[in-house]
Amino acid sequence: MEQLKTIGRELAMGSQGGFGQSKEFLDLVKSIGEARSKAEEDRIVLSEIDILKRKLLEPDIPKRKMKEYIIRLVYIEMLGHDASFGYIHAVKMTHDDNLLLKRTGYLAVTLFLNEDHDLIILIVNTIQKDLRSDNYLVVCAALNAICRLINEETIPAVLPQVVDLLNHQKEAVRKKAIMALHRFHRKSPSSVSHLISNFRKRLCDNDPGVMGATLCPLFDLITEDVSSYKDLVSSFVSILKQVTERRLPKSYDYHQMPAPFIQIKLLKILALLGCGDKSASEIMSMVLGDLFRKCDSSTNIGNAILYECIRCISCIIPSPKLLEAAADAISKFLKSDSHNLKYMGIDGLGRLIKISPDIAEQHQLAVIDCLEDPDDTLKRKTFELLYKMTKSSNVEVIVDRMTDYMISINDNHYKTEIASRCVELAEQFAPSNQWFIQVIMNKVFEHAGDLVNIKVAHNLMRLIAEGFGEDDDDADSKLRLSAVESHLQIMSEPKLPSLFLQVISWVLGEYGTADGKYSASYISGKLCDVADAYSSDETVKGYAVSALMKIYAFEIASGRKVDVLPECQSLIEELLASHSTDLQQRAYELQALLALDARAVESILPLDASCEDIEVDKDLSFLNGYIQQAIESGAQPYISERERSCMLETTDYHSQDHHEVPSHALRFEAYERPKPSSLPTQASTELVPVPEPSYYSEAHQPISTSSVSERESSEIKLRLDGVKQKWGRPSYQSSTSASSTPPQAANGTSSHPDVGVGSSSLKPRSSYESKKPEIDPEKQRLAASLFGGSSTSRSDRKSSSGGHKPAKGTASKPPKENPIPVQPPPDLLDFGEPTATSVTATDPFKELEGLMDSSSQDGGSTDVMGVLYSDAAPVTTTTSVDSLLSELSDSSKGNPGTYQSQTSKGPNSKEALEKDALVRQMGVNPTSQNPTLFKDLLG
Amino acid sequence: MIKAVMMMNTQGKPRLAKFYDFLVRCLPVEKQQELIRGVFSVLSSRPENVSNFLEIDSLFGPDSRLVYKHYATLYFVLVFDGSENELAMLDLIQVLVETLDKCFSNVCELDIVFNYSKMHTVLDEIVFGGQVLETRSDEVMKAVEEISKSEAASNSISLVPKSVSGWRGGR
Repeated sequence: MEQLKTIGRELAMGSQGGFGQSKEFLDLVKSIGEARSKAEEDRIVLSEIDILKRKLLEPDIPKRKMKEYIIRLVYIEMLGHDASFGYIHAVKMTHDDNLLLKRTGYLAVTLFLNEDHDLIILIVNTIQKDLRSDNYLVVCAALNAICRLINEETIPAVLPQVVDLLNHQKEAVRKKAIMALHRFHRKSPSSVSHLISNFRKRLCDNDPGVMGATLCPLFDLITEDVSSYKDLVSSFVSILKQVTERRLPKSYDYHQMPAPFIQIKLLKILALLGCGDKSASEIMSMVLGDLFRKCDSSTNIGNAILYECIRCISCIIPSPKLLEAAADAISKFLKSDSHNLKYMGIDGLGRLIKISPDIAEQHQLAVIDCLEDPDDTLKRKTFELLYKMTKSSNVEVIVDRMTDYMISINDNHYKTEIASRCVELAEQFAPSNQWFIQVIMNKVFEHAGDLVNIKVAHNLMRLIAEGFGEDDDDADSKLRLSAVESHLQIMSEPKLPSLFLQVISWVLGEYGTADGKYSASYISGKLCDVADAYSSDETVKGYAVSALMKIYAFEIASGRKVDVLPECQSLIEELLASHSTDLQQRAYELQALLALDARAVESILPLDASCEDIEVDKDLSFLNGYIQQAIESGAQPYISERERSCMLETTDYHSQDHHEVPSHALRFEAYERPKPSSLPTQASTELVPVPEPSYYSEAHQPISTSSVSERESSEIKLRLDGVKQKWGRPSYQSSTSASSTPPQAANGTSSHPDVGVGSSSLKPRSSYESKKPEIDPEKQRLAASLFGGSSTSRSDRKSSSGGHKPAKGTASKPPKENPIPVQPPPDLLDFGEPTATSVTATDPFKELEGLMDSSSQDGGSTDVMGVLYSDAAPVTTTTSVDSLLSELSDSSKGNPGTYQSQTSKGPNSKEALEKDALVRQMGVNPTSQNPTLFKDLLG
Repeated sequence: MIKAVMMMNTQGKPRLAKFYDFLVRCLPVEKQQELIRGVFSVLSSRPENVSNFLEIDSLFGPDSRLVYKHYATLYFVLVFDGSENELAMLDLIQVLVETLDKCFSNVCELDIVFNYSKMHTVLDEIVFGGQVLETRSDEVMKAVEEISKSEAASNSISLVPKSVSGWRGGR
């Protein structure tokens, strides 16, 4: 019976074309879904390409049919096959007047073509026409296409129209026009540099959405040039303040947070503006403090804002109070069970540690937990934090951990990064050269030798050669001997990285026989082994031969008789006939050297001469006379490479230093009368009139209490709630189980020099919350070695750390102050009274509060934003009731009991099951259990 | 800036891929496929109950982060740079999914496969040129519905219903 039903439905679908598509398309998707292998899929797609190629050649294809062909082309290309044969049809479709077809055409074109494709030229004219269309949907489609298709050459063709659209009556169009302009700015800053004032102008647009969109380009502009936007600090602060005070229409709320994405963008901008600027930091400190108090840390988006606040505080010059609030927020993140929040906490810690170095101390156990977490992302973030807090007291432990982790991973990209970090830390903080050589050689080189920079190898060689720098020859020779010994030991291991072998050969050549412990024949035998074992690596061979030469030279110079081992002899003979001229030369030199007498050899290769400075005349001044002569006899003077490349006009689109728009050969306005260039010049005038903003009065009408309750009772709201539930629960709860899994053996601390070997690292760990009283002693020791204090209890730690750490009060003081208060340039927007705020000498909070008060009282001409949002003031009481109500209802829905009863009687389960059946039939996803996205809603 | 939006199913088949980064956009199709495969291989190797974040410099250049969310048979993936907030991006995926859910009433993978152009319409209302344009799913819905209505009007001879709800109503 069930089968009959499904067959019936399939038949019905086939004829009708379910999902609004034809049977052919359904069949295509179905067969690809059922494909068992990539080869089978490729075969299906190739035959589809053949079909489409044939069909597209047919004359008079109906438009509806054509639309479907194009969708099929897009699908094929998404699967990774070339659909270029059909591009032209997509381009043609954009010319159609029918909105559906036009949009399909634009969609296909934006997916098919990149900015530099030849066919773009054919679309520019259509875009120009569409930008002027009366139908704003057409305009939006064109703006969308602009963002993805316009290149540097074609920007001038559409720029005037886009600028016009900044004043379009529809806010959706204004928003997109701003984004398009932003995109132009990213692509070619010079092309829109005269239009930048427009962004400022749009900042006080009537619509908050447009204002929010303006923040994106402003963020980029401020990143490039902070100083010219300092005047906007108080405006941004006042916008942020008003957003947090819920003066925006309620529709901007997201999970009970008022316009969180706008808040985040504003915080990012404030972070830029407050960086190293004391007066700006003071202006924004009050609103930041408010945010910490107001943010709801139970929702994801609330935490996003909290994190952004932390980030902002780490950039500006914060007050001690703010710093404390940030530290509190971080500790909440770190204590959370969610891996996401832990990640953010570690990241925040890494940022704040620059300002107050002792903040990490109280979180040491949490940090160590993260270090042993099975989550790779979290682990890497924690290593980044450790990297930032390394000092000479903990470098050994940290580098040890890092190298262990480096050895355990396979990701070459990250391996390289962590190897270079190890080297950097070791070079900077190494407690002893002995340790440095051990770590860098034994660990980093052995396991990531091919990935590290060749400079590291050179540094290592120099270190061994120069020793401690002081005139302590005894220590130097000990160091060298230990290097030689450990090298000889490692050499026997198979498959060492080439760079490491080069270092080994060099060290053995220079110092192998220096102490007299090893005989020349022993060392030379080892070197021959290296050259034999890695016969395909010419660089290593070269190093080995040079090392041999040095060994023999030292022998000859000291008057001993040299007997060349048979294998060395055969190696030399082999190299004499080598294809590499370099190796040949080295071999010939070695052969020649063997025939010389002691005195000659000593002057050619003196003992331990690698440290002697060789003066290099970089300018090759000794050739000046020759050049002069050549120029006099008519030669061209030399032009350096840099100068030459400047002379070539590079048309690379992302070269930022183009200051003039390249004159494009194509005229896109060919069919119109040439326009007077008044538009851009008009737009570039400096003074921007502030429009009288009045949207809050009208925007507030629709969000009455009735609309809220109506929405709450609707079915959409019900389902959405479930979505939120899904969103919140699995990620926030699940990690409790993860934290109780035993740590990976690879990350055990058994390799620590200061920790007992093979102790409790395999014990299952209790969760962080419950283990406060009894903490793994090993972990404690690790914490102590990382953070430099004992971790038995907080008070203990504080007292013990007090001795060698700067007192908290001094540490949290802002590191540097900007003594010159920045005098803002004349305020274009005339927001508030910036002069009053920026010149503050007394208490900034009071001053600011007074400003806010006065602005809300007299409103009038001073504070534009105040006027903007002042209409909202009377409504605040009702909104707070609303939010309270919605919170109440929300919390009742959050209760799992009611939640399930709601879903079980929900109308969607049947539909979803039907859909599921259909999915199975279609074979899109044969292995899955229930492909409905929200399957756990169905219970 | 958002560099890419991707959706793929748990077997690694791309369901939607949109790149905003100039450099990635100029790559040939095969290279873009390689990126998608690379992302998938990283995602599929992640254990459950770990964070939704990844640093993905190796595929998308320096300072690239990735946020993903796994719903039933689909991965939703956002790739972006340091100028965006990870947690906010996670919520952006949520906005996208909520909107799709409203759009297709109980969205599933099949909807995404067959309503390719509508998917892009929705996405274009949320992310525009690599920047977050709109995060209110009601507003997005309004815009999308307006487009569909006006498309239907301009295409009055349409023989085929255009959305799943239409298909369902037809039966």
